[in-house]
Amino acid sequence: MAAGKIEKYKSDGSIGGNALEWVDARFPATSLWKEHLSEYYAPKNFNFWYFFGSLALLVLVIQIVTGIFLVMHYKPDAALNANGVPVAFASVEYIMRDVPGGWLIRYMHSTGASAFFIVVYLHMFRGLLYGSYRKPRELTWLFGVGIFLVLMGEAFFGYLLPWGQMSFWGAQVIVNLFSAIPVIGNDLSILIRGDFVVGDATLNRFFSFHVIAFPLILLGLVAAHILALHETGSNNPDGIEIKGNKDENGIPRDGIPFHPYYTVKDIVGVVVFLMVFSAIMFFAPEGGGYFLETPNFYPADPLKTPPHIAPVWYFTPYYSILRAMVWNFFGLDAKFWGVVAMGAAVVIFAFLPWLDRSPVKSIRYRGPIYKTMLTIFVICFFILGYLGTLSPSPMGELVSQVCTVFYFGFFLGMPWWSRMDKFKPVPERLTMK
Amino acid sequence: MSNQGKMDCGRRRLIVATAAVGGAGAVVALVPFVSSLLPSERAKAAGAPVEADISKLEAGQMMTVEWRGKPVWIINRTAEMLATLPKLDGQVADPKSDKEMQPAYARNETRSIKKEFMVVIGICTHLGCSPSSKFKAGADEGMPGDWLGGFLCPCHGSTFDFAGRVFKAKPAPTNLEVPPHVYLSESRILIGEDKKGA
Repeated sequence: MAAGKIEKYKSDGSIGGNALEWVDARFPATSLWKEHLSEYYAPKNFNFWYFFGSLALLVLVIQIVTGIFLVMHYKPDAALNANGVPVAFASVEYIMRDVPGGWLIRYMHSTGASAFFIVVYLHMFRGLLYGSYRKPRELTWLFGVGIFLVLMGEAFFGYLLPWGQMSFWGAQVIVNLFSAIPVIGNDLSILIRGDFVVGDATLNRFFSFHVIAFPLILLGLVAAHILALHETGSNNPDGIEIKGNKDENGIPRDGIPFHPYYTVKDIVGVVVFLMVFSAIMFFAPEGGGYFLETPNFYPADPLKTPPHIAPVWYFTPYYSILRAMVWNFFGLDAKFWGVVAMGAAVVIFAFLPWLDRSPVKSIRYRGPIYKTMLTIFVICFFILGYLGTLSPSPMGELVSQVCTVFYFGFFLGMPWWSRMDKFKPVPERLTMK
Repeated sequence: MSNQGKMDCGRRRLIVATAAVGGAGAVVALVPFVSSLLPSERAKAAGAPVEADISKLEAGQMMTVEWRGKPVWIINRTAEMLATLPKLDGQVADPKSDKEMQPAYARNETRSIKKEFMVVIGICTHLGCSPSSKFKAGADEGMPGDWLGGFLCPCHGSTFDFAGRVFKAKPAPTNLEVPPHVYLSESRILIGEDKKGA
């Protein structure tokens, strides 16, 4: 951000110039452009991991645009039509078969959901690698955790809409989780469903949350996330504050304007991302049964649970943590503790800025302890994710319990192990490698 | 508090009072929104009892009827199935049906009015999946070798015997629920009501 006040645009006398001057006198067009793009100085050494923020924005746009068009044909109605098929399920089939281009828009949306989580998980991992959550970016991180939470809600609500077998029974299980909360649980789950069982009322309110409430919250949080980031400036792979070294004009010596340098760089990321995205969308839209699960090609049947139910892949690590809790504590059901553990596993990310006590931010200057802990954490995350896709088994239960301990150990032990590490000296200026 | 510009206490009280009244108004305004999330009158009224005809239900067979959007199973238990129940008393969590998961008239060894006919809501008391039938004893249906027959919930692995009693150390906290029901005649059951014509 340039020092001092950004001056209003002065016309050069042309028609376009006059128009811009007129607008700029009434709306902060020039200053917004400069503050957030052409004079937003970002560290010059962004690497591969820095693609995922802008890619998440791209996926958000894809989801919103495709969502708008899907709503034009989708009907949130659980009643059976003349053929005995739920109207909601039939309307998705209609989009897939009869609406011109409907299949493509629907696959963009369903592939986009999984892509969103891939991109966001990688974006979060970048934060862990380079200590992006550390002071002074705690609020950026907290808004990010909020985005993650809302995104999970958004995905959960959206998954009910096709009204397939997995939609129905997944929602049934997750809503019943709330009934595990002592005293208020039962009434709370009825309040969420709007009925005593998952039904038409549930479908309609989830539709409302999915297309109105949560997207609005999401957009607000994304704006706050970016505004907070631009207030402090971006972190970088070295974890050094570039604002600590400015030239005589008040511009960080290691910063380059976001536009055009990073806009152009991000276009490369976008092109590669869209190649992979299109390949999945056209050749494997079901993602091998992970993006769209097979039981969801059967309409919801409240009388029959499919033989194997599992959440979509992006929820499976947390689902495993839920299933890992099989003990009753303090007179409360294991199922309540499962819910608590699952919620805590997500929310605990919010505490990272205060759990990490190391003197350096970036993994480049951290020692073997952090590298080991992070590796174990990621491996456990993958194992939990894999186990969450499987049917329950005694062996899987034990492994997921061990991984759950490591998962929480990574966070809860951090105040101690992050200090004990060996650290390399941090350079004065950014390194380009 | 700064000493320059003395606080006008009267005005401050007015501001606090105004904010409190406004806040109370905002909270009251939440009521219609939250109450609109509760089950509607139509949903509450939808709990009408359903009738099932069991005349064609062979011994060892099971049928499912829908009551309040939930599956209700009616199982015609064979003598062998019934014989498994006393053997399992040591392995199930609530062998005597002490928890109120059944009407008083079904609080007995077989958890039913008539010995053979089990009427039970087919919804796992853990997280609401519908268990699948694993009637064959032994390892035939992917169950452990000492399995005597019953139900397995596919979601989280809870197991139940032929009386819907949950086995120990499984995620489901209680036995399956027996709905209120009554025999209208030898072959007809009314589910959702205790008394004929009530």
